[in-house]
Amino acid sequence: MSATTAIHDEHRDDFGAKMGMWLFLFTELLLFGGLFLVYTIYRFLNPEDFAHGGHELNLFVGTVNTVVLLTSSMTVAVSISAIQKGNKKLALSMLWVTIAAALVFMVNKYFEWGHKFEIGLYPGGDLFATLPPAERLFFLLYYFMTGLHGLHVIIGAILILFVIREINKGIIQHDNFAFHENAGLYWHLVDLIWIYLFPLMYLIH
Amino acid sequence: MEHEKHHIVSYTSHLWIWVILLVFTVITVGVAEIDLQKLTVVVALAVATVKAVIVGAYFMHLKFDNKMLTIMASLVLLIFTVFLTITLIDYALR
Repeated sequence: MSATTAIHDEHRDDFGAKMGMWLFLFTELLLFGGLFLVYTIYRFLNPEDFAHGGHELNLFVGTVNTVVLLTSSMTVAVSISAIQKGNKKLALSMLWVTIAAALVFMVNKYFEWGHKFEIGLYPGGDLFATLPPAERLFFLLYYFMTGLHGLHVIIGAILILFVIREINKGIIQHDNFAFHENAGLYWHLVDLIWIYLFPLMYLIH
Repeated sequence: MEHEKHHIVSYTSHLWIWVILLVFTVITVGVAEIDLQKLTVVVALAVATVKAVIVGAYFMHLKFDNKMLTIMASLVLLIFTVFLTITLIDYALR
């Protein structure tokens, strides 16, 4: 009956997992990179129309969302340090703060977009139809890029919910946190993209 | 089972990084109010890049992880910069 006492030796490659996550992040970077390229070229060709479009955006909401995302990045980073130190309680509360930040971000986005829809500033809207072509392009890029980014916020929040579940189940621990770290990397990427989206969309002159 | 030694970043250092990032956000919004003509976009992108490097180095642990990840990330950014530059040159010279 010696076989029953066999030690369960789990095969794990934490660095491989992390490198795989980075490779995935590179594809994300190039996905957004292509959009940034389109943005750069057309802004270069139509500086006035793009600046005019940028002025229509709500700088206050954009700034608040920047602070919200930076804060959520910090809480994810703290939660990873906490799990490494074996402080489950702090790790969990920091992750819940991150979820709350994601919610605040999306609610702000809802009101921001909602206002534009009300005044007809959306593809197919009355006000949109009166704009010069390049300004219409600006708003198309605005909706597509911030929309795609918003989708990433939602996916990131769902990933973090899974991390919370695995911490509660005791799977993620002080010596097994590769998934926690990778979900964190994804969340930081969401923050990184916003770091560029914010000045390019909201702060142009 | 062999485990790699992990560097644990202290809570206070995360907090400081957060404060620095907030300061840069204030700077970028403040500078946008001043009319610097063509420099505006350069300043905005420079500040954004400083913020991105800080997030990458500290929050994403690139500074403490295996250097291979930093090399890979730098290569991808280099490739993107080349794409961007070549495309811009093409449009600028038409």
